[in-house]
This record gives sequence, C-alpha cells and structure tokens, in this order.
Amino acid sequence: MSLTTAHSVVAPSANSKLIAGTIIVAYALISIVPLLWIFATSFKTPPDSIAYPPKIVFQPSLEGYCNLFTTRTRQTPEYINSLGPATGLCDETVRKRNMVIAGPSNFMPRFVNSLIIAFGSTFCAVFLGTLSAYGFSRFKVPLADDLLFFILSTRMMPPIAVAIPIYLMYRELGLSDTALGMILLYTAVNVSLAVWLLKGFIDEIPREYEEAAMIDGYTRLQAFWRTVLPQATTGIAATAIFCLIFAWNEYAFAALLTSGTAQTAPPFIPTIIGEGGQDWPAVAAGTTIFLVPILVFTILLRKQLLRGITFGAVRK
Amino acid sequence: MAEIRVEHLRKAFGDFVAVQDSNFAVEDGEFFVMLGPSGCGKTTTLRMIAGLELPTGGKILLGGEDVTMRRARERDIAFVFQLFALYPHMNVRKNIGFPLLAQGMPSAEIRQRVEETAKLLRIDHLLNKSVSGLAGGDRQRVALGRAIVRRPKCFLMDEPLGTLDTEFRDLMVHELRELHNRIHATTVYVTHDQMEAMSMADKIAVMNHGVIEQFGTPREIYDRPATMFVADFIGSPPMNFLGFGGGLAKGSKEIVVQGAKVAVPEVREDIAPAAMALGIRPEHIRFDDASKLRGAIYGTEYLGTTQIVAVETADGIIKARVPAEIRLNTGDHVGLALSSARLSLFDKGSGRAVRTAIHDAAVEARHG
Repeated sequence: MSLTTAHSVVAPSANSKLIAGTIIVAYALISIVPLLWIFATSFKTPPDSIAYPPKIVFQPSLEGYCNLFTTRTRQTPEYINSLGPATGLCDETVRKRNMVIAGPSNFMPRFVNSLIIAFGSTFCAVFLGTLSAYGFSRFKVPLADDLLFFILSTRMMPPIAVAIPIYLMYRELGLSDTALGMILLYTAVNVSLAVWLLKGFIDEIPREYEEAAMIDGYTRLQAFWRTVLPQATTGIAATAIFCLIFAWNEYAFAALLTSGTAQTAPPFIPTIIGEGGQDWPAVAAGTTIFLVPILVFTILLRKQLLRGITFGAVRK
Repeated sequence: MAEIRVEHLRKAFGDFVAVQDSNFAVEDGEFFVMLGPSGCGKTTTLRMIAGLELPTGGKILLGGEDVTMRRARERDIAFVFQLFALYPHMNVRKNIGFPLLAQGMPSAEIRQRVEETAKLLRIDHLLNKSVSGLAGGDRQRVALGRAIVRRPKCFLMDEPLGTLDTEFRDLMVHELRELHNRIHATTVYVTHDQMEAMSMADKIAVMNHGVIEQFGTPREIYDRPATMFVADFIGSPPMNFLGFGGGLAKGSKEIVVQGAKVAVPEVREDIAPAAMALGIRPEHIRFDDASKLRGAIYGTEYLGTTQIVAVETADGIIKARVPAEIRLNTGDHVGLALSSARLSLFDKGSGRAVRTAIHDAAVEARHG
C-alpha cells in the first residue's frame, strides 16, 4: 500500500527543480543587486561613491546619513578651528569637509508627509473599497456590471493624462500642496483596485454567515462587522499592501502637485543631489530609509500578500 | 414555541415562479418536513419563513402574529444552514453563544446557557475547540447548539444533513428526532431525501414546481398519494403505474388492465372516460401463475431480506418487492397478483388520485 495522498500532480523531477531554482536565483539577484548597491552607497563617503573602478570593499561612513538630515554651510578652516571640540559624530564628519551644520534638512518632514499621505489614502481606499465591494457582492445593484466597469475604467488611461486638469482644479480648490489633496487623489486612484480585489474576496465568503447572524438577532451592519470582516482580513491586508505600495512610490503627481509643506519623499530625494556637488551617499541614504516602512509592512503581511497574488488560482 | 401558518404564499423571481399559492400550517411542537426535488421551491419557502427572502404575495403567521414583512432578526427563529455557517474565527463556545450576545445577555448567563446546551447535545468536551477541526457530525451538533441555545419560537433547517456521509446521516436522523422528542420545538425541515422525511416527520409537504402536491403524515403520503408525482417521488423503488382506459363509475370495484380483471378499492366518484393509471406499490405484488396479468422477468436486485424483481409487461417494466428466497430466472414468465385493498387509481391527464374506499376509510378512522 502506498501512502501518497490523492494528488494528481506529478512530483517535479530533479532536473526541472534545478532549472526553476536557477531562474529564481537569477531573478532574485537581478532584483536585489540594485538595492544592495544603494544600501552600500549610503555608507560610502562621497569620493568613494564615485570612485572608478567602483569600490566593493570600503571604509563605512555615516556621512551620507549626516548630509541627508542636515543642511551645511562652507567655512574657512580658521573659523572651524576656532569653534572648539565637535559636538557629535556628524559635526565631526562635516568639519573634515570644511563645513558646519546649519540646521536640520527637509528630509524628516517630507518623510512624515509620505507616511501620512500613503497610510491615510490606503486607509480611505480600503475602507471605501470594502464597503462598496460588499454592496456589489451582496445586493442587487442596478447596472452593477456597468458601474464596476466604470470603476475599472478609471485605471485604463495613464494617470498623467489628467495631470494638467487636476493641477488646475487643485489650484482652484486650494488643494495644491496639501496632504488632504494628495490623500484624496491617491484614494481616487486606488479605490478601483480595492473594489475589484475585495469584491473577489467577499464573493468567496458564503452569505450564509451574515444570514445566520441576522437571524440570530444582529443588524446587517453588525453581521458584516462580526462575520464578514473577520473572514475578509486576508483580502483586506493584501489590498492594503497594493494600495500602500502605489501611494508610497507615486512620483509624477507628487512632483507636480506638491512643492513645499505637503511634498512627499519621492520628489524630495532627487533634490538632494543639487546641494553642493553630487551627493550620492545622501541620496542613497534617503532611498534606504524610504524603503524601510514598506519593507516592514510587507514582511508583517507577507502571507496575506502571497494569498492576494495567487488569489483565484486555487479553489478549495 | 409557536405554530406557523402560511397562507397563499407566492414568490416570483422575475418571470420564474418559485412558489405559488402555498398553504399549510405547522402546529406547535410539530416536526414538519418539506420534501421535493431540487428547484421545487422548498428552500425558497423556508427562506421566506425565516425572513431572508420577502414574499411576492401571501402571509406568514408565527404564533398568530403576521411577520410577513418583518426583518429576520425580529422574528425570533433559528435557522440551521446546509453548510452549517459556523464562524471559523470563533471557537465552539463563542459560536454557540453568538445569538445570546446579540441580545446583550450578561456573559455569566451566556456561559451557563452555552454549557447546558452543549451538554444536551453531548458536545461539552468540545467547547474550547476551534470549529475548523471538527468532524461533520460535531459541526452539525454545534450548528444545532447555536439554534437551540436561544430557545426561539421555531427551528428552520435547510438540508442540514446534506453534506454528511451516509453513516453519519443515519445517526443524525436518529439524534435529531430524539432531540425533537425531548424539547418539542416547532421545526420546519427541508430535504430532498425521502428517507429523512419519512423517518423524522410528523407531517410532510411534498413540493414540485413551486406547488405543494400533498400535505399529510408520512403514512398518508405513502399509502394514499394524492398525485402521480407524489406516488413516483416517494418509495424506493417508486410506485408502479399500469395504464388503462375508460371511465370509472361510482361504486365500481373492478377495472380491466391488459385484458385482466383487477379488483380495486371501491371507487367513490364518477370519472368520464380518459387515460387512467393503476398505481401499485412494489410490495403489493405477488407472483401467482393463476393471474391473467402476466409478464417476463427482466432482472433482479437481491437485497438480503427481500429482492426487487423487474418484470416486463405489455405496458413497460414494473418492479415487485418479493421475499428473497424465491428463485427466479431472467426470461421466466410469471403471473402478477395485486393486493387489491392497497391499490391507487389516477387520472393520467391531471395526475390526480381518484377518490376510493381507501380515502374514506382513512377519514372514518380519524373521526371514528
């Protein structure tokens, strides 16, 4: 008697495993090398960062991070010597380049803007998306198919095509360069994705659960909250990641519509280059820090993300 | 507990009429089964009683109160779904206590009620388990627990045993009936399985194409089917039909089928000449060479205590249930003797049963 389970799938041969493994490793390398390069550059000194041939082994330095978080002014060596002992690691580093720290840079406020706008718009898109997906899934909505198509159609043109009208509208409405404006914009872009993804997930939850809860004395909203939502968490998490990644990385609209108080990190990071030579380590440091939140969020929700990607491929 | 009364209930989905003009009453404490093939409207009827579906017309009364247009949560009923609808994110205890939580009952009281219920269903050892690890029968018991914990006016069950293995199903049929005998809850149970219906029901409604074909006790439905559909749907193998022509006169006690005279229960109404059918249950056929009604053995199914014998007659194959000891060979010619007192007569056109002495005897027995 064999103890194999009733799988009809033939186990992959050693050869095909080898080929698959090679492709995966190659792809992983292609994806990860630029990230590793950025990470390495962020710990180089500016001369090391532009050395040719490129330096693989180098003396790590925090100069990039110091430059990222500060603004500096050039001074004469006599003036710097007259200042007395350095007040910290960064102070010491910049003095070696004949500079003194003038104050904090705009990176932190821009980074906080990114956090507020990305998480704010993700929350709004997922909230609206969940409710509308539930409505489309459970109720007879007149013209439901046309409405769903309309929602999807907002994704069919390149968003930049509407950049000029949105720019003019935002100026008129006073939404230019405001966090609220950016949250509204990213929510509008993401809500179509959220509705479609979540409708798929909610369709899979049998409606008997809410019906049972409603017979047991709950209102529809309570039934939704207590029975549908807990079972839709996987779908909601997967949708949230997709929305967050879009809003976090979005560059074109952010560059166009924000310049000061509401500017996000993506349009800000390239501007670092211009300040006093091509400061690649500072740009790399900004990029490295910029990657952290999305990395943490994705690692925390990786199971749900995987389920979101393979969604619909496997039937129970 | 309460009685359920359904009056002229109708449900249409666009052009499709799922339920038409249904009328029945389930008395307080009765176990009522709606039986019929899939798509006959039995589940739709149940969902209308529950308030999950609103009727197109008609009335639903629960304990004398008109609840036709009330929301499900305002009806004080419990529903057991075919797929149980146990919440996977809650353990057994929370699942059973869920309806009580809706009422805002204090948690100590919920705890006590849940434990009483679990003990009644013999699942108290499972209370802290997750529902996803439970076996089919235990899931069924948890679903029942969630229904009875609230002590509602009535229970509605939609094919609750449909997904269980045959072995479990027989066990649960027994358990369900036993539970009913203990708590006497008014129950409406929907199934397409006649075995479940016959073994559990106090009353059965047989439905087809949105119409209740017959409403009665299991015995009435089996012995005196009101239509050819019921006669054919109930019984395994189903009732045999042999066609005959000519009208029937009130008081006649004999008909002619395939040239053979067959004694039947006394006819109690006049029927104009039309295509008719004689209905015979398989167990009311004996082999008797003296009979003029003849056929050839076509095949046999041996069942241990009895055997089902298919006999080819001039009017198609009919099946007889005879003792297992009789030795028969395919192709043998046999005479068929029918138990006259148990035969049914039908009008083939309408499918309706002809009134005979059987029906009157039943009425007399009930009133006498």
